[in-house]
Amino acid sequence: MMARIREVIASHGELGIDVNSVADDEDLYKLGLTSFATVQVMLGLEEAFDVEMPEHLLNRATFSSLSQIQSALAQVVTA
Amino acid sequence: MDKQLTFLDQLFAEGLLIETGVPGLYGRNHTFEKIVAGFERAVAAYATEDQAESVHFPPGMSRNTLSSSGYLKSFPQLAGTVHSFCGSDHDHGVLLRQLANGEDWTQGQVATDLALTPAACYPLYPMIAARGRLKETGALFDLQSYCFRHEPSEDPARMQLFRMREYVRAGTADQVLDFRETWLERGRHLMTSLELPFEVDLANDPFFGRGGKIMASGQREQGLKFELLVPIANSGGPTACLSFNYHQDHFGKTWGIETSNGETAHTACVGFGLERVTLALLRHHGFNLADWPSEVRGKLGLG
Repeated sequence: MMARIREVIASHGELGIDVNSVADDEDLYKLGLTSFATVQVMLGLEEAFDVEMPEHLLNRATFSSLSQIQSALAQVVTA
Repeated sequence: MDKQLTFLDQLFAEGLLIETGVPGLYGRNHTFEKIVAGFERAVAAYATEDQAESVHFPPGMSRNTLSSSGYLKSFPQLAGTVHSFCGSDHDHGVLLRQLANGEDWTQGQVATDLALTPAACYPLYPMIAARGRLKETGALFDLQSYCFRHEPSEDPARMQLFRMREYVRAGTADQVLDFRETWLERGRHLMTSLELPFEVDLANDPFFGRGGKIMASGQREQGLKFELLVPIANSGGPTACLSFNYHQDHFGKTWGIETSNGETAHTACVGFGLERVTLALLRHHGFNLADWPSEVRGKLGLG
């Protein structure tokens, strides 16, 4: 799952850095993730994992790090 | 059974607002405009020492500028475009037949180069960018215009065409945050002296859609927007009459505005809803200006 999350961040996050060098719990906003790009990341994740993120997860905290994204997705992705 | 008159009904009955048949689109009478002018004077009095550059744009702006601004990413539901008839004699005949038959005649209208201005400062940013790098002390502007937001409502404080007075600061993050803090203080002082009940709270803009929830969350968590709210006519809660907005480097990046040392500029603005404050004054002090507290009349220069 984490590898696919990194792919989505790489293509939608507009971070301008190698996402493979980002630690799981590094603050993505400090690395330059903007609010607009966060929305694109959300849409990219929904497409990649074929899910719709529920409203209570559509907030800044959910996308603050790779591990936060992974926990959020684990709540919605069915095995 | 007597029907309880809404605040809007009362405003119509007093002649302060004039119905046009479209919710949120009203004429204003002389008394209403006297209050608006008084409030503008009261606001300007706080800013005299700032020496802001006063700029006036009409309530329309370049459609290209609106497209480039990013407004449609966040608020597509609020934007207004201007369309016109650009057809031939034959097309004119079709239009007239549609009108005569009470049919929809708008399908033939074509988008012009104009859009309606959603916030007074939108036409300002490309102007700032065109001037080149900011000076060391940044820049400060004073603007006022009618703005359009497509949100028809029976709440008189939610008009579709309304006036916004703004002060806009461009510079470093520290400069613009300092500006915002100054206006938070001034805003509190102003509304206290107008004897209006208010609270200042963290807020977010009405970003569209599911993605908008993320945007709103980000705006709140970073403390980018504060509003000064006064109860007016909305049963859902008090109405934002002033807003204090920190844009970080959004407009700086969008328009290529640079500080004196070539970094992307930050911007912030304070907005005053002129009709909203006027309605708040009418709501809390009554429809008869002669009965208003003398200090409030004095503050507004109403004699």
